[in-house]
Amino acid sequence: MSIPIEHVISLSALLFVIGVVGALTRRNLIVILMSIELMLNAANLALVGFNRVWSVTAEGAARYDGQVFALMVIAVAAAEVAVGLGILLSLIRNRDSLNVDDASLLRW
Amino acid sequence: MPADPQWIEDALLRWIVFVPLGTALASGLLLAVFRRTLSSSLVVWMSCGSVFASFGLSSLSFAKLVGLFGEVPVDDVPPRVLIDTLYTWVGVGVGNSAFSADLAFRYDALSAVMCLVVTGVGFLIHVYSVGYMRADTRDDGGLQRFFCYLNLFIAAMLVLVLADNLLLMFLGWEGVGLCSYLLIGFWYGDRQNAYAGSKAFIVNRIGDFGFIVGILLLFWSMADAGQPAVSFRAIEAGFGSVASQTLALPGWLGGGEIGLATSIGLCFFLGAVGKSAQLPLFVWLPDAMAGPTPVSALIHAATMVTAGVYMAVRLSFLYEAAPGALVVIAWTGGVTAVFAALLATAQNDIKKVLAYSTISQLGYMFLAVGCGAYAIAIFHLVTHAFFKALLFMGAGAVIVATHHEQDMRRMGGLRKKLKLTYWVMVAGVLAICGFPGFSGFFSKDEILTSVFFAHELPGHVALYWMGVATAGLTAFYMFRLLFLTFHGKTRLPRGRRGELDDPEDTMMWPLQILAVLAVLGGIIGLPQFWGDRIGVAESNSLGHFLASVVRLGEPHALDAGVVAQLVGGVLAASITGFGLAYVLYISRPGLREKLEPVLGVPRRVVARRFYVDELYDAVFVRPLVIFSDRVLSRGIDAGLIDGRLVMGSAHAVRGLAAHVLKHLQSGLAQAYLLLMLAGTVALLAYLVT
Amino acid sequence: MSFEMFLFYAFAFLAVFSAVAMIGFVRHIVAAAMSLVVTMVSLAGIYVLMHAELIAAIQILVYAGAIVVLFLFVIMLLDLRDGGLGPAARGQNLVKAVGVGGTVTIGTLVVASVSGVFSVNPLVESLPEGFGEHRALGIALFTDYALAVELVGLVLLASIVGAVILAKRKID
Repeated sequence: MSIPIEHVISLSALLFVIGVVGALTRRNLIVILMSIELMLNAANLALVGFNRVWSVTAEGAARYDGQVFALMVIAVAAAEVAVGLGILLSLIRNRDSLNVDDASLLRW
Repeated sequence: MPADPQWIEDALLRWIVFVPLGTALASGLLLAVFRRTLSSSLVVWMSCGSVFASFGLSSLSFAKLVGLFGEVPVDDVPPRVLIDTLYTWVGVGVGNSAFSADLAFRYDALSAVMCLVVTGVGFLIHVYSVGYMRADTRDDGGLQRFFCYLNLFIAAMLVLVLADNLLLMFLGWEGVGLCSYLLIGFWYGDRQNAYAGSKAFIVNRIGDFGFIVGILLLFWSMADAGQPAVSFRAIEAGFGSVASQTLALPGWLGGGEIGLATSIGLCFFLGAVGKSAQLPLFVWLPDAMAGPTPVSALIHAATMVTAGVYMAVRLSFLYEAAPGALVVIAWTGGVTAVFAALLATAQNDIKKVLAYSTISQLGYMFLAVGCGAYAIAIFHLVTHAFFKALLFMGAGAVIVATHHEQDMRRMGGLRKKLKLTYWVMVAGVLAICGFPGFSGFFSKDEILTSVFFAHELPGHVALYWMGVATAGLTAFYMFRLLFLTFHGKTRLPRGRRGELDDPEDTMMWPLQILAVLAVLGGIIGLPQFWGDRIGVAESNSLGHFLASVVRLGEPHALDAGVVAQLVGGVLAASITGFGLAYVLYISRPGLREKLEPVLGVPRRVVARRFYVDELYDAVFVRPLVIFSDRVLSRGIDAGLIDGRLVMGSAHAVRGLAAHVLKHLQSGLAQAYLLLMLAGTVALLAYLVT
Repeated sequence: MSFEMFLFYAFAFLAVFSAVAMIGFVRHIVAAAMSLVVTMVSLAGIYVLMHAELIAAIQILVYAGAIVVLFLFVIMLLDLRDGGLGPAARGQNLVKAVGVGGTVTIGTLVVASVSGVFSVNPLVESLPEGFGEHRALGIALFTDYALAVELVGLVLLASIVGAVILAKRKID
C-alpha cells in the first residue's frame, strides 16, 4: 500500500508555510536563506509526490516529469545559495551586520 | 407633363463634366508640383479651352436632343432624355428593398438649357478673367490657382445640373458651395475676404441641412411605399403613390398634420433659399462680393445662385403635388424681390448694388416657380444670366480701369473715357429694367403675367403689385448706378484721372457678346402674344422645349387690352424709377441734400440693410460665440478636460504615489517578500477556482 | 498501518519538527543548519518511499552534503560569537505569520481537495521495473530533457560567476 497523495501534499504545504514564516519573521539573513531552501524542498516534495501519481503513461511507460523538475529545482537551489551567500558576505562587509533590515537604503 | 420612361444612352455626356474636372485636377497637380514657376499662360489656355470644349460638347448633345424632338414619334411619347450611366455608385439591399444610385448624367431639355448657360457664359467669363486677373495689382495674383478653382466650379456646377439623381445633385451642390467659398476668400490675405467666404459657407449649411432632410424624407417615404429610389426618373414615376400621405407635426409646431409633398417641398426649398440667397438667408451674397469680380459674375450672378431655381424646377413634379409649398415659395420670392430691390437703392458699392439686384431677380424667379410657371422661371434665369453677367463684368471693367475703386461716390463722368464699357452697361441696364424688346422685358413681363393670372395663389394681386414695385425700384437703382458711375462730373481722385481707358480686348469682347445676348436673348422665349404680332407661328421655343420636362400650364387668355394693362403697369413703374433717378442724380442733384432731413433716417436704415446682419449677429452669432468661449472653451475644454481630466488625473496619480504608494517602497526585503507572497496566493486562488 | 505508512509519518514528523526548530527555538546558528540537515534527510527518506531513489540520493548529496556545508563554511568564516541569531523573532510578527501561514495552508488544502486535483489519477501500484532509479532517470534526463539540463548548467555557471563577483573584496 502506498502513501496517500493527500498526506504528501499536506506535508509539503506545511513545510512550505514553515519556510514562509521563517523567511518573513526572522531578521537573520542566514536563517532567511535556510527558510528559502526549506520552501524549495517543500516544492520538491510536491513534485515528487505528483510524479508518483502520474507515474506511467497510458501505454504503461514510465514518466519522470516531476522528478526531472525536482532535479532542476535542486540545481537552481544550489545556484541560489551560492549567490545568496555571496550577497550575505557583501552585506557583512558593508554593514557589518546580518540583519536584513540594515540593508534598506533603497527606499523612498 | 408627359412621363418619359424611355431614354437614350449617350456616352458623350460624361465628357461635358470630365473635361473641366480633369483640367482642374491637372492644373491643381501641376500647381502643386511647379508652384509659382508654372506658366500662367498654359493654365489659362487649358482652362479656357476645357470650358470651351465642354460648351462644344454641350452643343453637340443639344443638337442630338433637338434631333429627338424632330423625330416622328412612333408611339405617344418619344424619348426626349439622354442618359449616360457610368457605374453604380451606391448599391445596397436585395430583392424588393434593393436600392441603387448610379453615377449617371441626364441631359433633358432643362439640363440642356442650364448646361449651355453654364458652359457658354462660363467660357465668356473665363476669357474675361484672363484680362481681369492680369490687371490685378495684388502681390499674390495667384492666376493659376484662380483658374484651377474656376474650372473646378464649372465641373461641380455641371454635375449639379446634369445629375440624374438627388445624391449626385447634392454632390454638385456642395461642390459649387466649396468653390464659392474658395473663390470668395480668394484674396485671403485680407481677413475680411476670408470672413466673407466663411460666412457664405456657413449660411449655406443651413440651406444644405434642409436639402439633406428633404432627400431623406423623400427617400424614406418612397422606401416605405416599396420604391426606394433617388433617381429623378424613378422618383417622378413613383411619387404619385406617396404624394397624398401626411405627416404628423410635433407638438412644438402646433400639432396637426402636413402633407408629405408639402413638407418635402419645403425642405428642398430651404436648400434653395440658402443657395439662391433668398430671405432670410440672403446675408451672405452681398458679402460674397469680396471675391474677384469674374467670380461674382459667374458664381454669384449667372450660375451657382440660380441652382436653387434649377432644383425647384427639376422637382416641379413634386411641387405640383404641394400647393402649400408653392405659396411659400411665391411669397418668399415676391418679398425678397421687393426687399432686396429696396436695399439696392441705398448701396454705394457698385458690386453690392448688383448683388442686391441679383437677390431681387432671383426673387422674381421664385415668384414664377411659386405660380407654377416653371418654364418662365428658367427663361428669366437665362436672360438674367446674360444681363447680370454683363453688368458685373461691366462693373469689373470700371473697377479695373479706375484701379480698384468700387465706391460709386468716387466715380462719375466715366462715360467719355470708357466709351465701350458705357454702351455695354447701358445695354445691360436697359435689359434688366425691361426696356421693350430687350431680353429682360419679355421674361419679367411673363413672370408678372403669370402672377397676375395665378388665381389659385393666395394674395396673388398683392404679389403682382410687389413685382411691379420691384420693377420700378430696379429701374431706379440701375439708373442710379449708371448715372453715378458714368454721368456727371468725375469725382475720381486727381491722381487717377489721367490714363483712364477701356480695359484690354480679352475683357471687352466677352462683354460685347453678352451685350448682344442681353439685348436679343428674349427671342428664345418670345411670348406667343408678341410672336403673333410679328408673324411667328410658334414663338416660345424655350417653353416648348422645356415642356418635355415641366408642366407648361394653360396659355393665358390674353388680348390686347390685358397686355396693354400689364405692360403699361410695368413700364409706368420703370419709367417712374428712371425719372426719379434722372432727377436726383442728373438734373437736380441738389435735391438730394434738401430731401436728406426727410429721408435721412429711412435711407440710413435701408443702407444698413434694415439691420438684418446686426440682428443675426445678436441673435445667432454672438450667443454662439459667447457660449463657445465661456462654456465650451473655458468651461469644458480648459476647465473640465484640461483642468479636471488631464491635469486632474496627473495630480491624482502624483498624489497617490506621494502619499500612498510610496509606503510600498519601504526598502525592507521582507516586506517585498510578503507582497510577493500575497500576489502569488491571489493568483493561485484565481487560477484554481 | 503498514510499515511504509509508519516510516512516512516518522519522517514527516522529523521533517516538520526540525523545520520548526530551525526557524523557531534553536539558539545557535549552527544548530539551525543542523536542523535543516535533519529535515532534508527526512525528505530523502520520503522520496525513497515514493520510488524516487535517485532524487533521494541527490537530495542527500547536494543539500545535506553541499548546500548545508556551504552554509556552515560561511558561518565559520564569519566567526559569530553570540550564536549569530541576533535579536529573536519578534513575537507580534510571529503570531501574525503563523496566522497567515495556517490560513494559507488550510485554504490551500481545502481548495485542493474541493477541486479534486488529487483524485484525478489513482495510484499505480505496479510500477515499471527500475522506476525512479539512476538508469531510467538518467536516460530520461539525457534524451527528453536534454535541453533543460543544458540550460540549468548555464544557470549554474551564471550563479558561479555572480557568487565570485559578489564575494570578492574589491571590484576592480
